[in-house]
Amino acid sequence: MKGLYATAVLRKFALLCHAKGRIFYEFTSKFTMIENYEAIIGLEVHAQLLTATKAFCRCSTSYSLSPNAHTCPVCLGLPGALPVLNSKVVDYAVKMGLATHCSIREYSVFSRKNYFYADLPKGYQISQYEDPICHHGYIDIEVGEESATKRIGITRIHMEEDSGKSIHDVDIDTLVDLNRSGVPLIEIVSGPDMRTAREAYQYLNQIRQIVMYLGICDGNLEEGSLRCDANISVRKKGATEFGTKIEIKNLNSFRNVEKAIEYEIKRQVEAVESGQILMQETRMWDAGTHQTKSMRSKEFAHDYRYFPEPDLAGVSVSEAMIAQIRQSMPELPLARKQRFVSEYGLPWYDAGILTETQSLGTYFEQCCQSLGEQTKERYKLVSNWIMTEVLRYLSEKGIGIEQFPVSPSHIAELVELFAAELISSKIAKDIFPDVIGGESPKSVVERKGLLQISDESIILAVVEKILAEQFENVAKYREGKKNLFGHFVSSTLKELGGKANPRIVTKLLQERLQ
Amino acid sequence: MRLFSDSCTAVNKGTTTFTTITQDILRDIDQRQSLNHFLSVGKDSAIVQAQQSDERYAEEKPLALDGMVVAVKDNLSTRNFPTTCASKMLGEYRPVYDATVVERLAAHGAIIIGKTNMDEFAMGSSGENSAFGKTLHPLNGDYVPGGSSSGSAVAVAAGHAHASLGSDTGGSVRQPAAFCGIVGYKPSYGRLSRYGLVAFASSLDQVGIFAPDIPTTATMMDALSGHDANDATSANLAPTQAMATLDEYANKSLTIAVLPEEIIKDCSPEVLEVYKQCLDILQDNGITLLQAQIPANDAWIPTYYVLATAEASSNLARFDGIRYGFRAEINNDDDDIMTLTRSQGFGMEVKRRIMLGTYVLSAGHYDAYYKKAQQARRLIYDGYEHIFSQADALFLPTTPTTAFKFGEKLNDPIAMYLSDYFTVSANLAGIPAISIPAGNAANGFPVGMQLQTSLFQDERLLSIAHRFQQLFQS
Amino acid sequence: MENTQQIVERVAELSRLSFSEHEKNIFEVQFGKILHYIQTIENYDLAAVEPLTHIVTNQSSQRDDVPAECLTVDEALANAPKRNETFFKVPKVLQK
Repeated sequence: MKGLYATAVLRKFALLCHAKGRIFYEFTSKFTMIENYEAIIGLEVHAQLLTATKAFCRCSTSYSLSPNAHTCPVCLGLPGALPVLNSKVVDYAVKMGLATHCSIREYSVFSRKNYFYADLPKGYQISQYEDPICHHGYIDIEVGEESATKRIGITRIHMEEDSGKSIHDVDIDTLVDLNRSGVPLIEIVSGPDMRTAREAYQYLNQIRQIVMYLGICDGNLEEGSLRCDANISVRKKGATEFGTKIEIKNLNSFRNVEKAIEYEIKRQVEAVESGQILMQETRMWDAGTHQTKSMRSKEFAHDYRYFPEPDLAGVSVSEAMIAQIRQSMPELPLARKQRFVSEYGLPWYDAGILTETQSLGTYFEQCCQSLGEQTKERYKLVSNWIMTEVLRYLSEKGIGIEQFPVSPSHIAELVELFAAELISSKIAKDIFPDVIGGESPKSVVERKGLLQISDESIILAVVEKILAEQFENVAKYREGKKNLFGHFVSSTLKELGGKANPRIVTKLLQERLQ
Repeated sequence: MRLFSDSCTAVNKGTTTFTTITQDILRDIDQRQSLNHFLSVGKDSAIVQAQQSDERYAEEKPLALDGMVVAVKDNLSTRNFPTTCASKMLGEYRPVYDATVVERLAAHGAIIIGKTNMDEFAMGSSGENSAFGKTLHPLNGDYVPGGSSSGSAVAVAAGHAHASLGSDTGGSVRQPAAFCGIVGYKPSYGRLSRYGLVAFASSLDQVGIFAPDIPTTATMMDALSGHDANDATSANLAPTQAMATLDEYANKSLTIAVLPEEIIKDCSPEVLEVYKQCLDILQDNGITLLQAQIPANDAWIPTYYVLATAEASSNLARFDGIRYGFRAEINNDDDDIMTLTRSQGFGMEVKRRIMLGTYVLSAGHYDAYYKKAQQARRLIYDGYEHIFSQADALFLPTTPTTAFKFGEKLNDPIAMYLSDYFTVSANLAGIPAISIPAGNAANGFPVGMQLQTSLFQDERLLSIAHRFQQLFQS
Repeated sequence: MENTQQIVERVAELSRLSFSEHEKNIFEVQFGKILHYIQTIENYDLAAVEPLTHIVTNQSSQRDDVPAECLTVDEALANAPKRNETFFKVPKVLQK
């Protein structure tokens, strides 16, 4: 949940950066005529599935401190070992297919993708090539301001296995750890439908949220459970032919996705403008130098020699299985966000924060359900409270909403106390630690005698006392030193132990001083 | 040869023990080391297993394979023995797990005597492609025993095992069985687990059984077959009941399909002669012969070599010197460890097939070769279905010639590949096939005749084979 | 069209195999013959035939998502030509 609070902050930061980027963009465009071009962007996203075991063997997928501790003959590629498909991989792939409006293929097969690499134990990766399990879907992503969306095609989703890990910087030699070998992945391939780095960012974010909502991937880009490659080409606006497609690898954070794509578009436009002919190639994003760099040409002289995997029979997905999976599907993030706006009247921004993870949205809804008075004003107060106090607490503790000790009904109670002006928002914040400690807000307020004073006669008596004591200030105020008003307010509040209703204090002071 | 039933009878009578028999066999193997049929022999472990068999016999609680001395081809993964595939690549490799069939052998009380020599990675028809020297024919050391399961065939033919396991991708069990005068059985694809069988061509590979007779073969099959959850291509069928049904076809009226003259005529005169004698015997015994047409018979071998080499090129990619097996020495900075390892670790025939397989799968060739071969495979499968809708089984020679001399075909790959002519189609169709001894040719070498039947009709195949073997012996 | 020599060189690279000049010479001749021979398949009109990829196509070939015991690290590395702690160790030349 720390991440979530950070995301909220980062988002604002990103928006700021984005604005700066735009200025930079406009500046450089004078030289490159970048505005005469459009970029064609497609993303290939690999999502590591949250299964208990690997795709083709029963080794655990859980983290191990010791390299090669979660291995067996199958994922080590020992001679004679054979793969057996984990049925959950199929379930998860179908889930993602349904969430992205794909057609699900009744019968699909695995293929071998043949290439040599030190951390690829069999010399081939079991993947799907022709006829992947899911195809021809789409997702809607947010573009521009507020609720505008754009539809991005999903070309295909297929199942495959991960490779192991090569470590190049510990020993003079390369070290190979095969704990990750055989961990299931789905690869989600978008259509070439994005035009800006921002759209690519939004697409990736949407995919990330969906896999997390579905519970099929933890969505962590930094740790590589979600990986992203981008295919980018540029062409003159109005052209119908695609330019040369260049693949960018190693986009291992949201910021890198946006930066790398922006960099690459600019690089390609400049190259084309200066008369260069771009070659189809694979480039790596270097987060240190903020550049994409060509990978050695040999690496992309690909000839993967795909052929149907003879060790695995095809995968059948029945109508009944699809129906069953469809029933277990949660409401998806964008739909939920839209519903939060329409049903609770929340601003788009609030709805975005609250639907960032499924559990936070659920918590918000539970709080709202506990409210005695069901109004949009109250929902907004709940939203404010969660976005500030609750998220701050979670961030400080580094925990998720699942571990948050306060029940939704206590949050609702707290919100209602200050909504009904029984306590001030300052007192609400002051007693929050007690509420976190488990006590109900009402009980804290009663125990500490913090109920707000709204009785005008009591407050008026104090107001008159203060004005009498400070007659000199009153005279100065009347002569024009209007900024003394705040001083009268705070003096009155102080006299009343901070419990007076500030609205009434202000009103009475204004009346008396007129 | 050593009949399992004879050994059991003798042990039951008390005239000998399995331990004694095993000791005799170990001594015999030692005396005929020149055959080069074993790559490793498990003296101590075999004796221990024999003693356990004797104990269970004494307690009158014998397991299905108790006392059966079994040799295992060196491409089946075994914890207790190295598993080299007769390759320098795996010269030092010692598996950490047992193949399913090996596990089941042990679970049923078999005595595993050792691992047998073979053509490297099961690629060859002569036994000459072993990194550890060729295996000799037991009758004449100038002749090949057949391959690729050379050592397993020789072990049974020489009486050094009651039975043995081989692997049959295009005839690698049936062909050496024919050359050595024993029974060689390739079950239906999927009936014996491939888990732990070092893959040559996954869609064609099948573990096979050698024995002197059909009852021993059936006993083995009943014990080793049955679904294996570790092999996704394992047929979801109960173990065979071949012993119980061995006599089912003893007296039934049978219709047996035979190939047209023009397909058979290229066989050597010796084989043709025996084949014709066999047909006479069958007809004399009231068996109906039916001329059958198999489509695309001149595509059998090309189809087989496209599919087998393509799959092999991928299956053998794991031998890269990283995790196990041979690793070449790096001499200069430009050396690629994988290329060096593979170039030094594989023999020439293996490299030839990897190259061919890589080529047929490479960009622009897949449709012309691999896909076409899979389509031809469908034709062959359908053709067999048609035959078996009219006949109980197909009868044909196992090999076009009897055992040939060493070196005769070594430098002519196509001639070598053609010696698989009668065997590859059963692998392509996945159907069960068996070679049974049909007597000796005029040149003194054994001739094998083959029976094939429809997919998963393994009991029927063994029952008919049992009847034919008795007919040909009498 | 590539000639046999070019094919052999390209395919050798894809296969991670290298050959001496002598081997290459023998090989090119044999390879050409074999390729010519397997073109027999081309004589058949197979356009309408569905490829046969698997003999056994049973659905039970999938398994539940339940972990089983792994090998021990020592077993996993038992055959490693070289190791460092519990990693497989490979000469750096492999790095791309």
